[in-house]
Amino acid sequence: MLLGLRRVSVLMPGVVVFAVAFGAAASAKGMSLAETLLMSAFVYGGVSQLVAMELWRPEWSWGAIAGLAVVTATVNARMILQGASLQPWFARYPKAVNAFHLFFFTDANWLIGTRYRSEGGRDLGVLVGAGLALWAVWIVATAPGHMLGMLVSDPRRYGIDLVMPIFFAAMIVPLWRGRRGLVPWAVAGCVALLTAKLVDGYAFIIAGSLAGAVTGAFRDDPA
Amino acid sequence: MTLPDPGSWGALLAIAAMAVATYLCRIAGVAAMSFVPLTPHVRRGLAALPGSIVVATVLPLIERLGLAAGLALLAAVAAMAVSRSELVALLTGMATISAARFLGF
Repeated sequence: MLLGLRRVSVLMPGVVVFAVAFGAAASAKGMSLAETLLMSAFVYGGVSQLVAMELWRPEWSWGAIAGLAVVTATVNARMILQGASLQPWFARYPKAVNAFHLFFFTDANWLIGTRYRSEGGRDLGVLVGAGLALWAVWIVATAPGHMLGMLVSDPRRYGIDLVMPIFFAAMIVPLWRGRRGLVPWAVAGCVALLTAKLVDGYAFIIAGSLAGAVTGAFRDDPA
Repeated sequence: MTLPDPGSWGALLAIAAMAVATYLCRIAGVAAMSFVPLTPHVRRGLAALPGSIVVATVLPLIERLGLAAGLALLAAVAAMAVSRSELVALLTGMATISAARFLGF
């Protein structure tokens, strides 16, 4: 768990900035501090929370709530694939343990877990430690964002919208396995770009990732 | 029978709906894969999955966010390759995007 804390500590500044930006967006949309903190604690998915702020409204119908749930699921559908990619690691642990730690599973967590495992690590505690620490920081950092409110009314100027893309792009370096691994990635990239052109929203992540995985599955080099 | 209007519970119900949707996404992939036998094909597919997720997430975002974002991400990857530190990569990327946007890209 301590190793997980150390691994996640380098991601913390970015996560804090992201949480502050979400808090500010939530207060701008008229959410109370309690509602904002509840959302950070129970949804705990930065991108989906920011997207939800686009759809947030003062009055709710059942249809609007269902619509929000569907949008949330499509934004977070990448977690389905991220979870699948780590499943061989989780399979040795009891279902209840997995059901618990997966509540704290996020992009940052997945990045840390994937990197740790590619280095030969097998200790689930790394993921749990990183997830718990990140969760606590995410909730705590949401509050000052909500209070500061308008101060960061234009998060774009500080590049806050790029925090997660930067962490994702940087992951390419430890994931690099030589040029042979490049073919599935290229397929994933092309399919994702094409899907992004044709379909609104975040479907491109799923379409591209699946295309890359299928390409990888049918190539005859050693895994 | 019709459901009572969400009324003043609307915001909390909306948060609850988001929380359920997100948790289902978190467990669905792991649960589904526990029914799939790990053949060599599946193993190779899973091995290609992390990099594919990264590329499929980032490339369309560059397209949407613009040239400055692309430059910033390139700078971040270069910084990561040199330093092997996510923090250095983040600072490099944020500095690049702030500078590029300040200059009006």
